[in-house]
Amino acid sequence: MAVSQLVGAKIHRREDPRLITGHGRYTDDLPHQGVVHLAVVRSPHAHARIRSIGVEAAKKAPGVLAVYTASDFKDIIAGPATFAVAPVFAPIKLTNPPRYPIAAKEVCYQGEPVAVVIAEQRGQAADGAQLVDVDYEPLPAVMDIEEAAKPGSPKAHSDQPDNICWDTTYVPWEATEEAFKTAEVVVKERILQQRLSPNPMESRVVMADFDSFDNRLSMWMSTQNPHWIRLFVAGALGMGEHSVRVVSHDVGGGFGSKISPYPEDFIVPACAKMLGRPVKYTETRTEAMQNAYAGRGQIFDVEVAAKKDGTLLGMRLTQLLDAGAYMALFSAFQTCACLVAGGAYHWNAISSRSQAVLTNKIPTDPYRGAGRPEATHVAERMMDVLALELGMDPVELRRKNLIRKEEFPYTQNFGLVIDSGDYEKAMDKALKIVGYDELRKKQKDLRKQGKLMGIGLSTWIELCGLGPGAVTGPATGGVVLSESAQVKIHPAGGVSIYVGTHNHGQGNDTTHAQIAADTLGIPMELIDIRHGDTNEGPGFGYGTYGSRSLAVGGIAILNSCNKVIDKGKKVAAHLLEAAEEDVVFDHGKFHVKGAPDKSKALGEVAFAAYGQLPAGMEQGLEAVAYFEPPNFVWPFGTHICVVEVDPETGAVDLQKYVAVDDCGNVINPMIVAGQLHGGIAQGIAQALFEEMVYDDESGQLKSATFLDYAMLTANEMPDIQLDNTVTPSPTNVMGVKGIGEAGTIASTAAVINAVCDALSPLGIKHVDMPATSDRLWKLIQTARGTSHNGKEARK
Amino acid sequence: MKHKVATTINGRKHEDDVEPRLLLVHYIRDVAGLTGTHIGCDTSQCGACTILVDGKAVKSCTMFAVQAEGRSLTTIEGMAKDGQLHPLQQAFWDEHGLQCGYCTPGFIMAAAYLLEQNPNPTDDEIRKGLEGNLCRCTGYVNIVKSVRSAAAAMGGAHTKPAARPAVTMGGE
Repeated sequence: MAVSQLVGAKIHRREDPRLITGHGRYTDDLPHQGVVHLAVVRSPHAHARIRSIGVEAAKKAPGVLAVYTASDFKDIIAGPATFAVAPVFAPIKLTNPPRYPIAAKEVCYQGEPVAVVIAEQRGQAADGAQLVDVDYEPLPAVMDIEEAAKPGSPKAHSDQPDNICWDTTYVPWEATEEAFKTAEVVVKERILQQRLSPNPMESRVVMADFDSFDNRLSMWMSTQNPHWIRLFVAGALGMGEHSVRVVSHDVGGGFGSKISPYPEDFIVPACAKMLGRPVKYTETRTEAMQNAYAGRGQIFDVEVAAKKDGTLLGMRLTQLLDAGAYMALFSAFQTCACLVAGGAYHWNAISSRSQAVLTNKIPTDPYRGAGRPEATHVAERMMDVLALELGMDPVELRRKNLIRKEEFPYTQNFGLVIDSGDYEKAMDKALKIVGYDELRKKQKDLRKQGKLMGIGLSTWIELCGLGPGAVTGPATGGVVLSESAQVKIHPAGGVSIYVGTHNHGQGNDTTHAQIAADTLGIPMELIDIRHGDTNEGPGFGYGTYGSRSLAVGGIAILNSCNKVIDKGKKVAAHLLEAAEEDVVFDHGKFHVKGAPDKSKALGEVAFAAYGQLPAGMEQGLEAVAYFEPPNFVWPFGTHICVVEVDPETGAVDLQKYVAVDDCGNVINPMIVAGQLHGGIAQGIAQALFEEMVYDDESGQLKSATFLDYAMLTANEMPDIQLDNTVTPSPTNVMGVKGIGEAGTIASTAAVINAVCDALSPLGIKHVDMPATSDRLWKLIQTARGTSHNGKEARK
Repeated sequence: MKHKVATTINGRKHEDDVEPRLLLVHYIRDVAGLTGTHIGCDTSQCGACTILVDGKAVKSCTMFAVQAEGRSLTTIEGMAKDGQLHPLQQAFWDEHGLQCGYCTPGFIMAAAYLLEQNPNPTDDEIRKGLEGNLCRCTGYVNIVKSVRSAAAAMGGAHTKPAARPAVTMGGE
């Protein structure tokens, strides 16, 4: 790599000018000649049999062009149109119900498509959809995951043997027998992870145009990974990938909800093909809340064995996961919680098991952090539960058990190798910034005054940068999550770089350009970074999720630039009349070793590369590189939250939030800070506000609008004070780790630990999320021995 | 039955026949072709569609197009003048006040009205003033910073110290 000029600098984002002036290219903004609109008729029931569907009235409605139901798609969409990656390691049991884009006989979640109406105008399509008459026979809705797991429970799918989606034991309980036998103290806790609605501000939009003469399908849509979508859609529609183009320019956020394919991704192109018109589907917010793959939805039962001095011995962990009505593509990734719940600490042994159940709700799938926020919440909550039990300071307990910096690379209990870390350093820095010792003193005084102030730590770690084939391959039947990049240096020296990752807010267009500019030794302005069009660039791109765009995608860019430089050396050797092995590349120029005065700039070499070359030398200056990471990268840090809980109302006042994070070498500190701010906000929102609430009987989603679902506003956000440490990753040559999910992974535990610490004088040991004022007020009332309506509780 | 509606958008006159049920936001996007104004919800919570109607911030999903008869509308496309970004646009760029950018036009329009009403807001006043707009990416930290910095650039320089600590990401 060239001596760094741009890498590490606060470079303003190149994608911003169009976005701040209203010239973004979100799918719904794209003009398209002759486009018609599709509305989806969705099941109002969580679980029902379809008796009949009457479409005649809808067909006659003004502007309506077609009404299609499942039977119309029989010949155009081949079989179940989605598949799912199985949980890592062989599950004891696996039930993966087939999922068709449109239901034929049975609907299994509220919002499942049963018919579509296509009309000239959007309003006409919506009007037509109202006229589709579906006769349903309601079936019992399976909503409670513990009930669903029991033998004899009503079934989420009437044609499946039971509701057990998967059941996987990673390390059996016997492995922790010794730890629990020799334990001086054992603490147990049940930890809930409520269902969350991902809610990127842009809901999904899918537009498709089919050219029957050339047999080409073009799709424009809001996705995090256009190549995967192309693979699935081409397969389902029986087309070659060469005939399908998926474009996704600007995308208004994803957070994991725009990874897996959705029914409309198949339905819209199929309709375009059947109708011979370009078709667009624009999801409403309520549709998004009912149908976007949800996050979390898990119950953890955890036991920790320790010595009286705080030495950790063993952990036993059961994850009970609400899979929803079908097994979504990457649903099983959430089981990684079972592999990393040991967190940043030494353990003699950990046993874990993941069980997922089918319910009549929209499937869950990765949502920002996917498995690691849950794991962190388990590890960090259990630290505080144990500290309380032992009467130890939570910092002291953590310090006693943290993996020390000289132990890296550290093989943790499940055989995963943590690449690098210096956990104590980050913790100490955070403690210093927050003024921990003084805060504890202040807390003592405040408690004397009856004030409920609490301090919560989260000494988080995670694994990201998905991912090494050695780990993902066995789990998925050979799927690797590499990343690709293609660099083209044009004759006049301009550079186009095509990346397989996708930018939907992460600032990749900027950070990727910083990497390329430094590597090629040219100004950023000469480099165009392009993503989100499967007709451009390498044969496959793996997309953006799992904090991988830098630690995997960035390295692919670096490698493709280096390949181009290698080719450039051959051309430069010819121009400089030297042997190739004597040519060096430095700061954008090729020269002969020891003779830097006589050099050829990259642009000159590019021009020559497309002209007459010595016999046997191929024209052109471009290269493709795929990078498969040898390991995950493992960022870490310490977050500390300070709260005061109002004893009369249960309201949480977030007074201070300090985060010291380490994502290895930093490419652009401004963007790292932005990712942390947003991530922390999403974690705070989960800890205190957000929850998808369903009616237990009918299975109706009750929180289906922003009126009912508590999104965080500017007014609820606390101070966030960021700082960092830098521990480079040995996993890649740039020493970088991911930071896209870190804030969310770390923050729920810091907030809930602070709330629990605040309430501990009342004897309250644990609080479930979301810690709303209502929930806390009730806990406080109960703890004080008064009933919820304020009267003395009956004994 | 269509109704005639005549408006001025970003200084340009528009006259169209529209359905009475057409929302102003759909009129702006689909009829006037100004797609910088976005739609993020169905219930007027998110503020992505905020525009100025006769200088006042309005969520354009809360009005019918026909109600805009005779009004002067400003959308995000009308904020930059003569190739110069509006100070708010510049500040959002400088302070990394956006990530995916979808909510950004609404925030800029809401902030424009906020600063018009209160050229010198405290951070808490900014937070309260932007409560009607949702952002899922930024945690609002840099949005508040952007508005604060725009206020200073627009001459309402805040003399009180910032209530919230600055971000320090200096490494070691």
